[in-house]
Amino acid sequence: MTKKRKSYRIFRNNGVGYSKKGIEAMKDLIKLFSIFFRIGAFTLGGGYAMIPLIQEEIVEKNKWIEEDEFMDVIALSQTIPGALAINSSTYVGYRMFGLKGALLACTATILPSILMILLIAVFFIQFHQMHAVEAAFKGIRPAVVALIVGAVLKLGKNMPRTKRNLFWILGVVVLIAFFRIHPIPIIIGSGLLGFVLFRREQGL
Amino acid sequence: MNIILEIFITFVKIGGFSFGGGLAMLPLIEKEVVINHQWLTAKEFVDIIAIAEMTPGPIAINTSTFVGYKVAGYPGALAGSIGVTIVSFILVILVARYFLRVKDAKETKAVFEGIRPAVLGMILSAGISVGKTAFIDYKSVLISLLVLFSINRLKLHPILSILGAGVLGTLLY
Repeated sequence: MTKKRKSYRIFRNNGVGYSKKGIEAMKDLIKLFSIFFRIGAFTLGGGYAMIPLIQEEIVEKNKWIEEDEFMDVIALSQTIPGALAINSSTYVGYRMFGLKGALLACTATILPSILMILLIAVFFIQFHQMHAVEAAFKGIRPAVVALIVGAVLKLGKNMPRTKRNLFWILGVVVLIAFFRIHPIPIIIGSGLLGFVLFRREQGL
Repeated sequence: MNIILEIFITFVKIGGFSFGGGLAMLPLIEKEVVINHQWLTAKEFVDIIAIAEMTPGPIAINTSTFVGYKVAGYPGALAGSIGVTIVSFILVILVARYFLRVKDAKETKAVFEGIRPAVLGMILSAGISVGKTAFIDYKSVLISLLVLFSINRLKLHPILSILGAGVLGTLLY
């Protein structure tokens, strides 16, 4: 796959020799693992809560994938069964380092929850009855809302500020939040509508 | 049937049909785990939902690990977690391979120009649904505004703001 090779930006940019490539790749794999482990450990309050985390680490800081592709990944992840966090981390891992990257990113994302649940199951901790934990979560839940709104603001910054886009965004909010339409038909419908509306602009 | 294999197959089934993620898949898990296999009682099932909401990670992973451990110890926990993940893992790789090939095609660009605003709308609606349980009083609204300001203007790392909000929560409630 020559196309995928091109996306090995890390290797091209820092111009290391062939012999150092292995070490560099190893470092990047470790970095990938530690990033997704952190993301897995802080994904509280559902899959969408980790969108700001992945965006910060993968798009902004390390520039491993671009913002547009990141949004495409979210859409693709939603059309596949499984948790959003796991699907998008698997995708990013695969995109970066192929199959072993996918395996590593996926494992790193689910490992914190597995360890945590085992801890609870093994020691029969009555976790949710602890007052301090409940209090902390009362603070964390509104923070998650803020993180999600922050992610929307950031992702929306580079989107063309047209009435059509604004209408589109608000339309989807109304369909999902008020009419409880499933995300899958919305993604497919938006894709079809996009193809019909924008194929001229793409010169088709 | 071997119990480990049974756990694995049950969670492959759950993982393969968990569209929409999170709370949308609870009825399916309940049917398999509580009604069909009777691995958990109804009360334990409610407890595991509470635990899943308080611990990091997707509810599917949390439940499969917990059930697997309860039924067959560590091997069961492993079988459950791998089972629930494996279908989406394979599908993501297939999609990624295909998508990388067509990513730059004009048709794909047109399609995704329509999908991108929809994704923003989807994320925003998730914010609304989390907001429904998150905003319990004026203090929670203040925490939310404070966090929004700190990540948007002060460029604070999201993980730090989650930790900060947790500390604020224990102080305020």
